[in-house]
Amino acid sequence: MTPAARPLSPHLQVYRWQLTSVLSILHRATGIALSLGTILLVLWLVAAASGATPYAHVQGFIGSWIGLVLLFGWTVSLFYHLCNGIRHLWWDTGQGLELPAVYASGWAVLAATAVLTVLAWAFGLSQWGH
Amino acid sequence: MAMRDTRLPLRTPLGRAIGLGSAKEGVEHWWRERITAVALVPLCLWFVAEIVHHAGADRAELIAWMRHPVPAVLMVLLLAATFHHTALGLQVVVEDYVGHEGARFGLIIAIRLACVLLAALGIFAVLKMALGA
Repeated sequence: MTPAARPLSPHLQVYRWQLTSVLSILHRATGIALSLGTILLVLWLVAAASGATPYAHVQGFIGSWIGLVLLFGWTVSLFYHLCNGIRHLWWDTGQGLELPAVYASGWAVLAATAVLTVLAWAFGLSQWGH
Repeated sequence: MAMRDTRLPLRTPLGRAIGLGSAKEGVEHWWRERITAVALVPLCLWFVAEIVHHAGADRAELIAWMRHPVPAVLMVLLLAATFHHTALGLQVVVEDYVGHEGARFGLIIAIRLACVLLAALGIFAVLKMALGA
């Protein structure tokens, strides 16, 4: 008997988007993004330890448009992964697993991510050049 | 009086004592991911606060900051926890999505080595700034 070529679950094309699954996917996506971001962090530290010229190169890249976009994406990813990570740790204690609580904490994570990102950039940009 | 069970045991006494069933390992990976996560909550908040505070700082200011023992030690801890957590997290992603066994093992080994290399580079750079003349 040959098995029928049925679509495998979850069949993403017809799967209705919902907050719970989107946040779960985002946790992984931001984790991968942050992993790549650590390369830039190490590059920045190594450049600073190496000398004025390498540091100027890295600072020049971070200050460029691409660098600022990457830095912004890194900030959002970090705050999201941090807030949702705390949500996961809370779940690990066996708390907050009822569906209304899961949705409430999910929206709270998104709100906290937005607030923390705006705060960090507002303070960071006000410090720039001081 | 209960009859003594004379059936041949299918599991070795050692296997029974370890108690993992058919699993190759226990909760070690899961547990380490959580411990590094707990450590990274304050470390990341500290790091972002400091970076925001030092936004636009030149190299001399950064090195002067790294000369202080507390920021230098926290930075080393941040790098160690970050790359430990990164290796564990990426390993789970690879295990979930890479079906081919050889590719899976190759990727996991590459991730481990890359994380150790990046952690060593970062920590050495911090120590060089902290202790350098």
